[in-house]
Amino acid sequence: MTTTAATTPARTSHPPATPARRPRRVGSVAAQMFMLVMSVLWVTPIVFALYVALRPVEETNKLGYVSLPRHLTLANFANAWTQSDMWRFFLNSVYITVPAVLITLLLASMVAFVVSRLRLRFTIPLLILFTAGNLLPQQVIITPLYRIYLAVHLPDWISGNGLLYNSYAGLIVINISFQLGFCVFVLANYMKTLPTEIDEAALLDGASLWSRYWRLTLPLCRPALAALATLLTTWIYNDFFWAITLISTGNKRPITSALANLQGQFVANHNMIAAAALIAAVPTLVVYVLLQKQFIAGLALGSSKG
Amino acid sequence: MSQTVSAPPAATRRRRRRLRTLSRRDVVVATLMLGVPLLLDLAFIWVPALASVFLSFTKWTGVGSITMKSCADLPSAPGIPQPGCLYGVQNYHQAFTNYPDFWPAVRHNALWLAVFLLLATPLGMLFAVILDRGIRGSRIYQSTLFLPVMLSLALIGIIWELIYSPNYGLINTLIGHNHNDNLIDWLGNPRLNLWALLVEASWRQAPYVMVLYLAGLKAFDPALREAAVVDGANPWQTFWRVVFPALRPINIVILVVTVIESLRAFDLVYITSNGNPLRGLELLSVAVTQNIVGETQRIGFGSTLGVVLLVISLVPISIFLWQAFRREEQR
Repeated sequence: MTTTAATTPARTSHPPATPARRPRRVGSVAAQMFMLVMSVLWVTPIVFALYVALRPVEETNKLGYVSLPRHLTLANFANAWTQSDMWRFFLNSVYITVPAVLITLLLASMVAFVVSRLRLRFTIPLLILFTAGNLLPQQVIITPLYRIYLAVHLPDWISGNGLLYNSYAGLIVINISFQLGFCVFVLANYMKTLPTEIDEAALLDGASLWSRYWRLTLPLCRPALAALATLLTTWIYNDFFWAITLISTGNKRPITSALANLQGQFVANHNMIAAAALIAAVPTLVVYVLLQKQFIAGLALGSSKG
Repeated sequence: MSQTVSAPPAATRRRRRRLRTLSRRDVVVATLMLGVPLLLDLAFIWVPALASVFLSFTKWTGVGSITMKSCADLPSAPGIPQPGCLYGVQNYHQAFTNYPDFWPAVRHNALWLAVFLLLATPLGMLFAVILDRGIRGSRIYQSTLFLPVMLSLALIGIIWELIYSPNYGLINTLIGHNHNDNLIDWLGNPRLNLWALLVEASWRQAPYVMVLYLAGLKAFDPALREAAVVDGANPWQTFWRVVFPALRPINIVILVVTVIESLRAFDLVYITSNGNPLRGLELLSVAVTQNIVGETQRIGFGSTLGVVLLVISLVPISIFLWQAFRREEQR
């Protein structure tokens, strides 16, 4: 994902005629101003939330949020952490996100491998089925899904209450099923761009289908898998709707949906709610700082079809 | 799979050759590799989607089972829950005529879509076009604008509440409306709150579109642009006559993303209204969910609203599928 400015050749190949240069310079100053203003506008909500979270509620109740600080303190962060089950919610997020991401990638890559290497007759309808499933608004399926979750019984060691409803397993399953479509679409397109010669050579050597998938194709897909893993982790971690509708017990909710509960619990102290929300954002901010390129690469893979 | 089905001679020969290269164990493995994910997708996505359609023609509180009898034939005594029964198009009739939230929800979803299509998405495309020209600091601008895309909508709803707070918030303080006699309740006033949420949603949608569009622009052949410039086109003409038409595939993806995101809008409303219905913020997605929570579930009616959402969403979904798979169909 190295980005070279695409306009450089156009600019250099054109001899800078004096009358034409002026508007361009004016244009680029305008562009700079515009982007500067927009960037400031764009960070304002986050910086503002951080500023409020760093101030005691007694002070902002008196002075409002837009005022110079008398005290800056991390107390809101500490209290948000200790006065709620935040560590629990984070743990719930890990229990749900990690298996969901890994299983989604495994299953999606298997489908992608079979449809891109075996040339079945139903390839296109299959891909359409998976892709369309991911494009449906979640609310289209929630009503029957909710009843299915209440009807399916699980052994107690998987689900505390014996149902798919209100269980980690249930949330993992729906996240996998819903994200499968996108990953199948991306990986099938990606695998189609891989050279088939290696695969054919392995075939002549008598390699089994599984080893052609596991030993040959998957390692070649590492860039796509890394990008998808970043995207999926963020998306599933950020999921709100499935957890709100399919998990009823507060302390089983992952952190993003638990914010709704915390909002009720800390209702008298918005500074602490802001602190809690910012704590919940830490994992995504880590991804933002360290893996932004992977995230963007994933989006690019999904939007551009090879 | 399809190997056993008879086919035209040439294809048969090819398929036989292929069949020989697959051992019986390979066929079993391939079936599992395809079958397990397919089963999941069917069981948890497509069965509920189709069940939605069926349930929309029934009346069911979720208590007892569904009988295949018409509701009119069942005795209904007050206090005794009726089992599920066939209700014809009654749910649709109710939704369109006397469900108070329905038309406001449709209007609000339409407004959401309009704002996304006319403001947020074009703004994101403008960001992308400017950044793609490689102005100084474009990488910093891109990273800054991109931050909201990483955040959950729940979190976005929470941090914007500080901006909109009537007494203490940024906006009211700046415009001097933070005194008890002249407060503006941005999130509570039914005539303002949808617009307030649309600002929040656009704050995330514009950079999302920006990133998608940047990916498309990077793939654009600079020689085409150069040719246009040599022919004397100004930047405005170059973009609309040369770049934009050439980026048709990504334009369609962005159109589809825009429509679907505005149909899915839910999280911001839920966080802002603390899970309760709030006047001014009725949306189809919210209405669906309200019928499965609480004491009285209206499974049939909730499904009906889901089907309305399904029918609308089939339009962008079909457009996307047509765009993505049509070239392969020709092969």
